[in-house]
Amino acid sequence: MSIWEYANPKKFIATADAVLPWFSGLAVICLVGGLVWGFFFTPEDYRQGATVKIFYLHVPAAMMAINAWAMMLVTSLVWLIRRHHVSALAAKAAAPIGLTFTLIALVTGAIWGQPMWGTWWEWDPRLTSFLILFLFYLGYMALWEAIENPDTAADLTAILCLVGSVFAILSRYAVNFWNQGLHQGASLSLDKQENVADVYWYPALVCIVGFVLLFIVLVLVRTKTEIRRRRLHALEMRERMG
Amino acid sequence: MMPELGKYAATVLSAYGISLGLLAWLILQSLWKSRRMKRKLDAAEARRQRNG
Repeated sequence: MSIWEYANPKKFIATADAVLPWFSGLAVICLVGGLVWGFFFTPEDYRQGATVKIFYLHVPAAMMAINAWAMMLVTSLVWLIRRHHVSALAAKAAAPIGLTFTLIALVTGAIWGQPMWGTWWEWDPRLTSFLILFLFYLGYMALWEAIENPDTAADLTAILCLVGSVFAILSRYAVNFWNQGLHQGASLSLDKQENVADVYWYPALVCIVGFVLLFIVLVLVRTKTEIRRRRLHALEMRERMG
Repeated sequence: MMPELGKYAATVLSAYGISLGLLAWLILQSLWKSRRMKRKLDAAEARRQRNG
């Protein structure tokens, strides 16, 4: 049993169909459970007031915006090195999901920033690198649509993904690289220091798991769609030739 | 049942409204495209079998 077996489109679709109901159910439970817990059953923060509830959407969305690009980077590398079509299509499938998560992070950040920082937007290192990541997602999707030959599109978008990875990393570590700007350091980290009180951390953790599961579900659904689109394109070409 | 959001009610509710709206759009669009593509492919496969 090798991971490369899933490069076979039929095997990929069969496996996705088998796991999707479980992952979807878990995603709904975690997302609804985490958001309801965070929104209805956590106290106000003594400094942020009720705006702390935005944390349950902003942090998971921002994390997944970067992780989605990281997943695209891995699958793009697999495409460039091993030429498995499913991996190129998985990268293509993940882009609109990453774009939406980035947009949620930007919008919720702006809405939170207005009352807390006194501004919707600041050209702060983390905010700016996130905006650039958003533009990279748009450019990546536009490039897929602009090139007719799917293999050429996969090659060029994979290169763009490698370049964009610099900004995905910057989005994560901008606060550490440049010790300036409004955005605070990482709210959630694996170091021993407690950055967030447990009463906020546990529902946030459930929301993060929910966002990860939602991402997996949507990538599987959209990759299946892209595999079928590719097959349909091949059949239509054959029909025209015949 | 609704928590007391005080002066930040509009801020919090707009953040949740926009985010959940975007997520709902993403999920529905993914499912709709998936079903449409499956239907189109099934029709093309059936056509191919009919025509040999």
